[in-house]
Amino acid sequence: MTTEAPMKAPTIFSSELAARFDKLVALYPARRSALIPMLLYAQDEQGYVTDAAIEEIARRIGITPLDVRNVLSYYSLLRTKPVGKYHVQVCTNISCMLRGGQELFEHCKEHLGIGHKETTPDGVFSLEEVECIGACSWAPAVQVNYDFHDNLTADAMDAVLDQYRKQAGK
Amino acid sequence: MADVTLTVDGKKITAPAGTLLIDACRKAGIEIPAFCYYPGLSLQAACRMCVVRIEKIPKLQTACTTPVAEGMIVATDTDEIKQSRKAMLQLVLANHPLDCPVCDAGGECELQDMTFKYGAADSNFVDVKNHREEQQWSPVVYFDRPRCILCYRCVRVCGEGMDVWALGVQNRGVSSVIAPNGGDHLDCEECGMCIDICPVGALTSDTYRYKTRPWEMTHVSTICTHCGDGCKTTLGLRSSSDGMEIIRGDNRDKSGINGDFLCVKGRYAFDFANHKDRLTQPLLRNAEGKLVPASWEEALTFAGQRLHEIRDTRGGEQIGVIGSNRATNEESYLLQKFARSVLGTNNIDHHRTADYVSFAKALAGQEQRAASLREAETAPAILLIGGDPTEQHPMLAWNLRTNVRHNRARIYVVNHQEIKLRRQATSFLKISAENYSAFTRFLAGEENSIFGAEATALRETLATEPNLLVIFGSELRGAAIEALVRYGLSLPDTKFACLGDYVNSRGAADMGLYPDMLPGYVPVQQPGAFATEYGERFPAAPGLDLPSMLDVAARGNLAALYVVGSNPVHRYGVAAASLKNTFLIVQDMFLTETALLADVVLPIANLYEKAGTVTNTYGDLQLVRKAADRAGVRTDLELIVRLADTMGADVHALVPFGQGTRADMGQSRGAQSGEADRHAVWLAAQNLEPKLSPFDPSALLDEIQRLIPSYSFSRLELFAGNDQHVQATSKNNALVQISNLSQRPDGVLPSMDTLFTSGTMGRYSSKLTEVHDSRNKEILVAAN
Amino acid sequence: MPTLVSHPEEVKIVSSRFGKGATDIERYIELDGYQAARTAVEKGADWVIAEMKTSGLRGRGGAGFPTGMKWSFVPKQSEKPKYVLVNGDESEPGTCKDHLIFLHDPHTVIEGTIIAGLAIGAKMGFIYLRGEYRYLLEIMEKAIADAYAKGFLGKGIFGSQIDFDIISHTGAGAYEVGEESALMESLEGKRGIPRIKPPFPAVVGLYGGPTVINNAETIATVPHVLRMGGEAYAKIGSERNGGTRLFCLSGHVERPGVYELPMGYNLKKMIYEIGGGIRGGRQLKAVVPGGSSTPVLLPNEIDIGMDFDQVGKAGSMLGSGGVVVLDETVCMVEFALRTIKFYQHESCGWCIPCREGTDWLKKTLTRFHAGAGVAKDIDNIRYLAENMLGRTFCPLGDAAAMPTIAFVKKFRQEFEDHLNGKPCAYAKQKMQESVLV
Repeated sequence: MTTEAPMKAPTIFSSELAARFDKLVALYPARRSALIPMLLYAQDEQGYVTDAAIEEIARRIGITPLDVRNVLSYYSLLRTKPVGKYHVQVCTNISCMLRGGQELFEHCKEHLGIGHKETTPDGVFSLEEVECIGACSWAPAVQVNYDFHDNLTADAMDAVLDQYRKQAGK
Repeated sequence: MADVTLTVDGKKITAPAGTLLIDACRKAGIEIPAFCYYPGLSLQAACRMCVVRIEKIPKLQTACTTPVAEGMIVATDTDEIKQSRKAMLQLVLANHPLDCPVCDAGGECELQDMTFKYGAADSNFVDVKNHREEQQWSPVVYFDRPRCILCYRCVRVCGEGMDVWALGVQNRGVSSVIAPNGGDHLDCEECGMCIDICPVGALTSDTYRYKTRPWEMTHVSTICTHCGDGCKTTLGLRSSSDGMEIIRGDNRDKSGINGDFLCVKGRYAFDFANHKDRLTQPLLRNAEGKLVPASWEEALTFAGQRLHEIRDTRGGEQIGVIGSNRATNEESYLLQKFARSVLGTNNIDHHRTADYVSFAKALAGQEQRAASLREAETAPAILLIGGDPTEQHPMLAWNLRTNVRHNRARIYVVNHQEIKLRRQATSFLKISAENYSAFTRFLAGEENSIFGAEATALRETLATEPNLLVIFGSELRGAAIEALVRYGLSLPDTKFACLGDYVNSRGAADMGLYPDMLPGYVPVQQPGAFATEYGERFPAAPGLDLPSMLDVAARGNLAALYVVGSNPVHRYGVAAASLKNTFLIVQDMFLTETALLADVVLPIANLYEKAGTVTNTYGDLQLVRKAADRAGVRTDLELIVRLADTMGADVHALVPFGQGTRADMGQSRGAQSGEADRHAVWLAAQNLEPKLSPFDPSALLDEIQRLIPSYSFSRLELFAGNDQHVQATSKNNALVQISNLSQRPDGVLPSMDTLFTSGTMGRYSSKLTEVHDSRNKEILVAAN
Repeated sequence: MPTLVSHPEEVKIVSSRFGKGATDIERYIELDGYQAARTAVEKGADWVIAEMKTSGLRGRGGAGFPTGMKWSFVPKQSEKPKYVLVNGDESEPGTCKDHLIFLHDPHTVIEGTIIAGLAIGAKMGFIYLRGEYRYLLEIMEKAIADAYAKGFLGKGIFGSQIDFDIISHTGAGAYEVGEESALMESLEGKRGIPRIKPPFPAVVGLYGGPTVINNAETIATVPHVLRMGGEAYAKIGSERNGGTRLFCLSGHVERPGVYELPMGYNLKKMIYEIGGGIRGGRQLKAVVPGGSSTPVLLPNEIDIGMDFDQVGKAGSMLGSGGVVVLDETVCMVEFALRTIKFYQHESCGWCIPCREGTDWLKKTLTRFHAGAGVAKDIDNIRYLAENMLGRTFCPLGDAAAMPTIAFVKKFRQEFEDHLNGKPCAYAKQKMQESVLV
């Protein structure tokens, strides 16, 4: 592993995020601990983890871009391709499945006209069937970006999606 | 460490405390299968093949992660374990393609062997395997993902072993995949270690893939012809229409001085032998001044007669001889003997890549102070001054890295460049290129304001290091070497290594390819036994060195020049016209810049096509075995003998080949030639049977051993394929008596080769050139 | 916002501040917050460990290792810094208790971390939340900042000479990271591959230092244990299983939700009284008692106390507290498939048996459930699972194998009903009964 000191270089991130990264790498007993949060925050800002983000994060931490890719490809929340503005993640794991999670997912497919890991042509929604999101007692549950929506029915789901669609226009 | 005793399958075995159970078992002859475990690399416990049952532990345990313990009771062959191994193999095979009939690894695949042995022939899987297309990652590396069993050996050998870290693991679960650092390609040192270490056919090499089946090749282990480390390489050979063709280089049996290791050159750069421009017929310059093919008889007779005539009319002092960095010891020895005793000249030299003479002089009178390459892997502390082992001595670099990893060795790097080995170094001191000499004096205690606190601290630290191994590059010569060695000798048990560039650079020096030094660094002016050995033509005065020969030739005063396996015209930038008045004989594989100017060109065999010995830059003497063969070429050894013969010289005086008759000269191939079977050679070495041919290199080895006392080693060991360490000089070397040696020009011209070049010969390796060019292209793209 | 439920049988300790606005530090202090930490600072590590040992508190992550004992394994002297690591990577399907703790009572996690740090002599603690819990991370970050502002964290906590820092940290989606050594790898910015053990984290953990890793619920319980005293806490639970725990009732019960009940609470009672029985008055078919990795129980196996020992005796595990209730409409083949699909998705891929085993189980079950199964598949599924069990690098392989073996063993007839291209007998009924229709 390279241990070269990271260089100061222009950032591709917003100044707020860049400042946050400066803090993060110095926060832990080892710089590398900041890697996963950094990737997630970079993704939050840019929609996905871009090649440029990988390069910059590698440089900031002082590891190789390969190393960053090895880690990033391991975690299911991290992605290297864009998704919709609202990424609809439907849990179909056992507790949700027992309360209609699978049917809810089918319903979303139909409603949005897209399949698993697809994005609507207008870029507003993307859909993903996900594993347990920790809302088992309030199933079926869905996460849109980081927001939880639970105890859903088909109608409630439609209302949720409509709400986001309205927001997207703004 | 203290030994512990444990019971494995009812058998009591003993192993040092701390030994891993898998190693202890294997050493005791109890086989434990494993894919991911690889001695020397970090532990993974991923393949689960090595599970064993240890009494009092509820779950099966991996033998690769369990250290032995006193009284431990282990079972490795129960039904439960057999079933576990079988199930693991069934799982691996579930997705592994069964394309063994076309897979490069077929026949030497660990998965095949284990499946055979541990019986996973049946499968209940009916679903479809996951297929992915294979990818080319570099000019030499291909990756066939479905074959990969994710043992992570390649990742570790690249990172931990090579310090390249070009391979990673990406994704997770069943999508896990080995990934190259360039996204879709590799940016690396192209060593091919990943391919070698792959237990299956997931990583294959461009040079070998789909060429042949392993059992169709003959395997001969010999010594790599490239750098001064002299690694063992096992060549895979197949008979072709014009000889034996090399199709593969590796060191799969992990024997020899290099163990696991082989670099890009040792592995792939054997293809110069099959280059389309390879000369296979002698050439003579005709009346129109053109080089045209000739028969051996014509060419040798012409060359011999001309040399004879020149010697007798203009004297030996008007003849020059330039030897090779890649010829065997026997050939170099013979060449200088031929020059001195037949041509009557001391004008003999070679392209010097390190100042071995000063090194020998500095160590004169000492015993066992020159280190073997092996010691770089065990020495507790190393001072590396100058040189760039990663680029020029990759095996040394491997040993140094391994030493740091396994033994926490301390490496102190002093260099004018930020060489890569600084990453393993305890300290790195940068000095400017012109200050090496001053630095050696500084180490010895001479105060110098150009060296700051860092240098002083280093000097103080070094003073506390017993058993220091001092390795220095060709930046250090003459007085600097003497000062460094003197300094080193002031510390307890210091050893030294001098880095030269080619496989037998050291051998060339040891064998006396110098105008002023005889074999064993005996000064020409005090020739001792050589005076009588080399007969009446042997001149008393030192001859001309290589640059002087070229100067004299340019002035029209060198009547003849005999160049053996060297390309001085290119290396020394000689103008074509300056050799126009010199009768030039060149022995080479190719029409090099030098050969193009020759009057006689004699096509030669390369190191892979002959037998003999070579001495690496550390003094490790190794056996060169004849592997390949090419119709139409002859060894340097044979050609020198034949030239001497055509000159009317007494061949028996030149080569002590025993009771044979002149009729033996007819045979240059087969059992009576240089490739005489080894039993006969050994018998001969024991004086039990005479050498039957003047082309038998062991006849010359007899003489080398007789006349160079420091070349003392066990022939039995040598012929068994073991490296034998020799010292540059013996304890009572005459060299100490030479007072004015420090005024002697060292004449060193470093080759400046990199991992991807190898002098003139490197240019004729298509694979090396391709790798070299692909990297340059990338650098250009990156720069733009 | 997740619905909070309540039942008179509950003994609210960890959940005592749920819904009371305790995310606010002042309110938390009002509700006796940070008292335990303050006392711990005064009375010292030995007292804390003694109380913890007396309390019988066992790890709430699933393995049930006694917390006090775990802490006492950490060497007193260490060259490298020691750490506390709170495992909030709650990912076991069926489990959502930490979700509520972070949402309603973040300060109790902070307080528990401080106490754990005191007990082992650490100066730094980490609270690792799964990446999906971003909104909870934000709550936690604010709580930590507030605690710093009060002097409960940082230099000289509670006016003592002791320094203690806490960093909250987010994951990015990986069940495997819930395994403690993989969690450390992840916190160190690496792939979530477990480490070879030994060395165990208590000796060589985070950044090479001795480390205590506790589940978020365990840590959240710690201040309560000290507040009420180890002995009092121990009395609440059953034998060798001190205290209460949060049970996440989900699936086909009338009143799903997270309930805090004494250890050893009867499972049947939990389903029929606390959970209000099977939804729509249907028949119970099976119960997954402790998250998806625990072997399924049949209706006649559920008259047991929910503690580590009794559930173990019944052939399953208490696990993470996720009680998933299945009624008669569930196709067990489909349920097995969905379970295995999860483990296939989450296998880190490091070792052969888990990587290949989960994938081939998924492939086989997918085809099998789709009606293309052959007779030998049933045995092969079991063969696969049995050859993963106990052979994998980490417990994830067991987590996939154990329930699979149970499904085949206990519902073999249902598997056989899927043979010969017959459509799933339950599929039709299920579609009609779906909550969405």
